[in-house]
Amino acid sequence: MAGGSNAHIYTVTELTRDVRLVLEDAFTGIWVEGEISNLRLPVSGHAYFTLKDENSMLKCVLFKSAGSRLKFALEDGMRVSCFGRVSVYDKQGQYQLYADIIELQGKGALYAAFEQLKERLRKEGLFDEARKKPVPFLPVRLGVITSGTGAAVRDILKVARRRFTNIEITISPVKVQGDDAKHEIAQAIELMNEYNRYLANTGSKEHPIEVIIAGRGGGSMEDLWAFNEEIVARAIFASEIPVISAVGHEIDYTISDFTADHRAATPSAAAELVIPEKDELRGRIDGYTDRLGAAVSSRLDLLGTRLKNLSDSYVMRAPVNAVLQLEQQVDDLARRARVGITHHVELQKSGFAMLAGKLKALGPLSVLNRGYSITFQDGRVVRDTEGLRPGDRLLTRFARDEVSSRVEEVRGKNERHVI
Amino acid sequence: MKDMSFEKALEKLENIVGELEKGDIPLDATLKKYEEGVALARMCQKKLDSARQKIELLVKGEDGEFVKKDFEGDHDED
Repeated sequence: MAGGSNAHIYTVTELTRDVRLVLEDAFTGIWVEGEISNLRLPVSGHAYFTLKDENSMLKCVLFKSAGSRLKFALEDGMRVSCFGRVSVYDKQGQYQLYADIIELQGKGALYAAFEQLKERLRKEGLFDEARKKPVPFLPVRLGVITSGTGAAVRDILKVARRRFTNIEITISPVKVQGDDAKHEIAQAIELMNEYNRYLANTGSKEHPIEVIIAGRGGGSMEDLWAFNEEIVARAIFASEIPVISAVGHEIDYTISDFTADHRAATPSAAAELVIPEKDELRGRIDGYTDRLGAAVSSRLDLLGTRLKNLSDSYVMRAPVNAVLQLEQQVDDLARRARVGITHHVELQKSGFAMLAGKLKALGPLSVLNRGYSITFQDGRVVRDTEGLRPGDRLLTRFARDEVSSRVEEVRGKNERHVI
Repeated sequence: MKDMSFEKALEKLENIVGELEKGDIPLDATLKKYEEGVALARMCQKKLDSARQKIELLVKGEDGEFVKKDFEGDHDED
């Protein structure tokens, strides 16, 4: 046999173990970079994948305990740096990398985590505009969830004092960074909701918390990370009280910003959103008061005009009209009555005149006027010749004058015609 | 009406002004609305003037009960 009888013959197990020891000695606490492929995520919670570059491949394992610390989910095609040790999986004689830390290259792990969570929650509907509640304008009671000692709480109180003092502010102090922050923030949101339910159930006279401002002042992306956590997003989404997310403005948006009912760039801006300017309000109330007065007086003016129009209308004037008509009728009758009476009087008058005329005509003077004359003897009218003797003095009366004469001869009836 | 929030009162006032400006309600209702509006405006102004700022802390106690404390951390030098 080639190699001599002194040569040690390894069992497969021995060789595998020795190789493992050599590898573990040489490749512990190393970083290796590559692209993730063949990713498998079985129910055990461990992750199996292959790291590859242009020429080679390396089997990798990420155990559940290490995987739970990852801020992002592994995906095929990701370029990552893995920190860990190289060892051998004895059963398959397979050397592989046991990763403890995986970091994303390029965009960075936090960013990837942010994008992934955002996408997942968006798909789930946590950012739906339709689900967002309106933020009350000037609440009686405002809830604030932030650090009890940070700038945020001071800024909010400053705004409240400056703008509108008649507001109750309930603060639930929480850690806003570090590992506990996400739990404390989520719990505080739940606490305020519970408290409102407690107030409602006990019929308390206390005002419920009408809106929550949850946030903190600015900081690095890591500092703000609690507001990118899923547990906080879910607490905001579940909150019956509207939530304003107010995380300092160094990065554009947090997951909390997307989930909250309203987003403000800073805690001060959030406070200004719900606590309006006192002077502005006073102006608005004055404006409304003016408009109230104007509306009523213009209404009264309008009613006055309508009333006048109505009273001027034919219908409303009808009674007056009827009276006028009656008056006119009366006038008419009166006029006619007058005419009638006058006529009657005229008639009477002319009747008299006629009678008078008749009387005149019948009178002796009228007879004289027509050419007759009257003869008197001793003041008595001489009607015939009886009693007359020659030599009697007669007085004959004409219309205008008279003549005296003497009777020469008295003739009988028959002789008179001869004259 | 006394317990009405400022926001509610202002909103109601706004509605009354709108209704009155439309002018299609009867006169006696108009006058009633006017009186109500004036009372609301007065109440709003009063609420604006009253200074009753109350700041407190709300935390959960050991046994899960609600614990309220005065807020001490407000040291503003303005």
